[in-house]
Amino acid sequence: MVFLTRRATFAASHYYWNPVWPADKNQEVFGLCANRNGHGHNYTLEVTVAGDPDPVTGFVVDLKWLKDAMEREVLSAFDHRHLNLEVAEFAEGKMIPTTENIAIAAWRRLEPTVSGAAGARLTAVRVYETPEIFAEYRGGR
Amino acid sequence: MNHSGEIAYFGRRYMLSASHRLHADALTDAENQAAYGKCNNPYGHGHNYVVEVLAGGPVIAETGMVIDLVALDETVRKKILDRFDHTNLNLDELFVNQVPTTENLCRVVFALLHNALPGAKLESVRIEETENNFFQCFAE
Repeated sequence: MVFLTRRATFAASHYYWNPVWPADKNQEVFGLCANRNGHGHNYTLEVTVAGDPDPVTGFVVDLKWLKDAMEREVLSAFDHRHLNLEVAEFAEGKMIPTTENIAIAAWRRLEPTVSGAAGARLTAVRVYETPEIFAEYRGGR
Repeated sequence: MNHSGEIAYFGRRYMLSASHRLHADALTDAENQAAYGKCNNPYGHGHNYVVEVLAGGPVIAETGMVIDLVALDETVRKKILDRFDHTNLNLDELFVNQVPTTENLCRVVFALLHNALPGAKLESVRIEETENNFFQCFAE
């Protein structure tokens, strides 16, 4: 079993706001992140898949295929977008675009594609909001 | 909302600068020199350590978060950074009976943070001594 990780970056804006709470509670819990005009980050997305290398190609998965899958399923929706306003999972207050929720949303976008590929399974999606802050999802395990 | 209940992990990286000298009292001077090389030089040396703390737990419905970042920072500052940043590790009481290798520092940091994170479980501690080496301890 070999684990393979591919990294990509996207830039997006967001804010944190729980619509059930009054404004002062949102500001108390989320601080600067509750600024309703939003703010942005350069995010790094790391996708890890695992499998046995193919006996002919020596690949767990084709890296170009993985790059294209990340681009198609995640980056095309998230990159240079306002997550609260333009991305389905988070729009209209459905979900707060915390780093944790972004990692889970990216997993759910990628998982059907990766599990459809012969011999590989998705094992982790890690999202860095800054170089010092990240969240990881492993499919709930 | 917020994928509540899903288990996810939140990681945070902190830097601390400290000095240490690798020297085991049980070994002779020659044995220490052989085991530790320049890390055994008599007056010690220092590193900018990066301490990466990984917390795990269910995503909280109201906030979409696993752990409150400000509370995590405060815990790590009190228990780790205030204690070790800009200090000589050899002089800390936790290293009286063990050499302050980064393996041991990693175990010490894990033990100090174990059961201490506000509302989440400590999953792992990773300490980078330089850009080229790092050490990890995981929850059992």
